[in-house]
Amino acid sequence: MATAAESLTAFEPRITAFVCNWCTYTGADLAGTSRLQMAPNVRIVRLPCTGRIDPLFVIKAFERGADGVIVSGCHPADCHYTAGNYHARRRFAVFRELLDFMGIDTRRVTFSWVSASEGGKWRDVVNETVGRVQALGPFEAYHELAGRQG
Amino acid sequence: MKELQELAARLLTDGSAGVVIGYEEGPRGVRPAFVTRPDDVGRLIFDPRCVHNLATYLSPRRTHLKGLGRPAVVVKGCDARAVAGLLRESQLAREDVLLIAVRCGGVMRHPERHVDLRAETVADRCTSCDVREPHLFDFVVGEAPAAPPVTDRREARIRELEAGSPADRWAFWQEELSRCVRCHACRQACPMCFCERCVADKTQPQWVESSAHPRGVLAFHLTRAMHQAGRCVDCGECERACPADIPLGLLNRKLAHVVAERFGHHPSDDPSVPAPIGSYAQQDGQEFIL
Repeated sequence: MATAAESLTAFEPRITAFVCNWCTYTGADLAGTSRLQMAPNVRIVRLPCTGRIDPLFVIKAFERGADGVIVSGCHPADCHYTAGNYHARRRFAVFRELLDFMGIDTRRVTFSWVSASEGGKWRDVVNETVGRVQALGPFEAYHELAGRQG
Repeated sequence: MKELQELAARLLTDGSAGVVIGYEEGPRGVRPAFVTRPDDVGRLIFDPRCVHNLATYLSPRRTHLKGLGRPAVVVKGCDARAVAGLLRESQLAREDVLLIAVRCGGVMRHPERHVDLRAETVADRCTSCDVREPHLFDFVVGEAPAAPPVTDRREARIRELEAGSPADRWAFWQEELSRCVRCHACRQACPMCFCERCVADKTQPQWVESSAHPRGVLAFHLTRAMHQAGRCVDCGECERACPADIPLGLLNRKLAHVVAERFGHHPSDDPSVPAPIGSYAQQDGQEFIL
């Protein structure tokens, strides 16, 4: 999966990551301060909690040109707000099925739990997602909607 | 019919209801009726053409009905689920409404196009009906009619789509949604779409493009379906209201299956059963999460 970062000629996907402030953002920060090498394709949007992540965020990311999306937050039982991640888990379990039913390849959307101490796991999540989306290619089907006339 | 009319007259006369919301014969088929005077109860009817979910008129955004006084609403067993939904989500107080439940043997899909109730004409939802004897009501009228004809066309279509590839499903939905003109009739007809300001109407920031552009259309339908997950009462009003015949019922039904399988939730006419989105269980499945 490290090839994603190394290859210069391959398609470089744009990945938007919606992460919670308390776990995954801190974990990503740890990955940075630990000098872990990872694919540079991910743009992070920090939110207070996974419970704040509306499925519309994912839709908007695709509308604005993302090829893949990561949604990540605290492990179950670790939520700073007690239950935000449980609510998010239900919501995204359903949303994922909806995306799939409407023909959006769910391999473009990654969900993960990354705690504040899991810098290495964040690197793996990023590299795995970038590698997977790279193999899928640009999300042309969705991006074409923007250019099409209504 | 007579039983319903007599009950309506009694409620209007003794003042327990200000308006009876039911069905009447209109110039183009059956339509919702708002009867405020006991003399007019003769207009009220009920038969398999009465497809409308009148619980829509109990939604708090129907402010123009407030002035008519306490409503007594004619509900089929399935419509009562929508009332339960409004009660569950604190949009309505139980004492603010009288429910006249009718025993129903199924309704037609397109009452304006059909003459009788057969397997080809029955509404999809009636096939799996489990509330032919209503549970949530103040009054029950009518005799228990024969069970509705059974069909499987909607479930078969869902299975067919699921069997295809994501690209096939994308092509199918893009084709269907290409007809959407963003009239939002699906939202207006829905008893559970009661937000005073819909996210699809917001412009600052604008989450969903408001024109009938493919990008905004997809965003709207993803959002509408998502907001109905675990809340949809499967009354089919969205699909019936759609001027472009977009099969919105497939989306609603698919998500109903998802919440049933994942969270064991089924649409209920018991207001104390919590909605699956908005509640959670610690042991919810998370096989899709890394």
